[in-house]
Amino acid sequence: MYAAVCLRSFRRYSTYRAATWARVFTNTVFGFILTYTYIALWHVRPHLGGYDLSAAITYVWIGQGLLSLLAVGDLGALADLQTRIANGDVAVDLFRPVDQQRWWLAVDAGRAGYQLLTNALVPMLVGGLAFHLRLPQGSAVDVVAGWAATALALALALVVSYALRYLVALTGFWLLDLRGIQLVYYLTSCFFGGFFLPVTVFPPALEAVARALPFIAVFQVPADVFLQHDDAAGALGALGVQLAWAVVLLGLGRLVQSRAVRKVVVQGG
Amino acid sequence: MDQTLIEVEGVTKSFVVRRRAGRLRRTREVVNAVAGLDFTVRRGEMVGYIGPNGAGKSTTVKMLTGILLPSTGRLRVAGADPVRDRVRLAQRMGVVFGQRTTLWWDLPLRDSYELARRIYRIPAGTYARNLDRCVELLELGPLLDVPVRQLSLGQRMRGDIAAALLHEPEVLYLDEPTIGLDVVSKRRVREFLAQTNAERGTTVLLTTHDLTDIEQLCSRVMVIDHGRVVYDGGLDGLHRQGRSERTLVVDLERELPPIELHGTRLVRREGTRQWLAFPASASAAPLVAELAGRYELRDLSVREPEIEDVIARMYGEAERTAATVARIG
Repeated sequence: MYAAVCLRSFRRYSTYRAATWARVFTNTVFGFILTYTYIALWHVRPHLGGYDLSAAITYVWIGQGLLSLLAVGDLGALADLQTRIANGDVAVDLFRPVDQQRWWLAVDAGRAGYQLLTNALVPMLVGGLAFHLRLPQGSAVDVVAGWAATALALALALVVSYALRYLVALTGFWLLDLRGIQLVYYLTSCFFGGFFLPVTVFPPALEAVARALPFIAVFQVPADVFLQHDDAAGALGALGVQLAWAVVLLGLGRLVQSRAVRKVVVQGG
Repeated sequence: MDQTLIEVEGVTKSFVVRRRAGRLRRTREVVNAVAGLDFTVRRGEMVGYIGPNGAGKSTTVKMLTGILLPSTGRLRVAGADPVRDRVRLAQRMGVVFGQRTTLWWDLPLRDSYELARRIYRIPAGTYARNLDRCVELLELGPLLDVPVRQLSLGQRMRGDIAAALLHEPEVLYLDEPTIGLDVVSKRRVREFLAQTNAERGTTVLLTTHDLTDIEQLCSRVMVIDHGRVVYDGGLDGLHRQGRSERTLVVDLERELPPIELHGTRLVRREGTRQWLAFPASASAAPLVAELAGRYELRDLSVREPEIEDVIARMYGEAERTAATVARIG
């Protein structure tokens, strides 16, 4: 059933062509702006944060590609959940014999799949044509392992991102207007996720804070895995951190969900 | 098999509402949405559940479907506790909220049905049979491949009703299923519901503000007001309890002072026409005979009581009783 939900969600997102291309365009433009900013920065401070220039440029384009896919700044498919909570439609969802958390994960995965093919691929292709981007390299084994680890890191990043966004959306049961918390979430996740700048560029104390927060599992980890920034052991450790956050946050989401359902104050119902 | 499907005993539900009182201070207020409900519904019954806004109708449906936990009291659907057995019971019930939709907005109607098939694990044969039936009776054929967002309200409503019945639920909860629909759509929905109840024995609990729904569909009606059942029985009994009145509309040959006739009271006078109300339970014949003997009549007709008036009077009474209780308490 969840596969069917995922497929329907993929199709649902594909009905909004104009919105998709507007996003692709925006992401690409920002890719160029950030690239030139990074070039200027890395010119002054080569090897900043442990990245050379080509890794830094690739980092930018990974960011532009993953921004929509991982819904770093918005709620992704959970925007629908948030709307349904706000207008009370969520009540009819609860009548069905489905697990809400899994249901929305399937919906979000469908969305991510669609965005992988559009918002992720197109800006990266454009970036790849305009600049030299670094792909997983080394021996054939390293390359295969690099791509496989990236796929895994990306999947885990999506789950962690989903789990975080699910919590944000659920706060709608208590706060009826989520714009404030969404903005806080956007800025925190972009900043501490390493989306504006890699967290290794931060002062040590701030970097330590970032490493203690889950946001890093959403963006910095898959980017570093792709760039082979750490050795194999480091990469495995990073995947472990992602997995741990996924488990913890999904569990927390489940807890909050059961509290929320118990107190359903359905608007206008 | 046990004929009782729904049992509600002394069920109450209160919410705590926090209100802003001043800059920082918040006050807590307890709202009793449901204040002691008792009723049972047998299998195959079609029950109208009516009451003014905020009477506790939706709260009751939410408790019956297990998404709200009663504050106190006992509630059973098919012998099970709806909250504890929510997922299992969900397989056996269908829910339609007139102002909410379970359909996928951006996708063709068919996709929502396909998903329902998987959600409820409906066997292929059953699914095909039920879908065919709904498509035929609700005239959904041309709509199956239309994205839901392009459907009119009446079309969407029919689509939602079909979605709630594909898994052959034993009980169907309908909340305002005809709200906002035009006359033709309303009739189609009502006919479909009546047929489903007759053919499948589906138990139906229907909340509505449209009393025509009740008159045409339900042999039993429950009136709820201020969180309590104030009437439970047939439609005719509702007239008795609501002390409904029939009206004699008398057209006189010329304008006359108010008619005084024992057992009636004048409710309106306009030129040569006068309106006399008398209890619905009394016979009109002697009144008509006496009028005809005393006055020169041009025309005379008897108007049956409107169920709306009966109910309005009932709500008014409950309000006065509540006010009295509040003063005494």
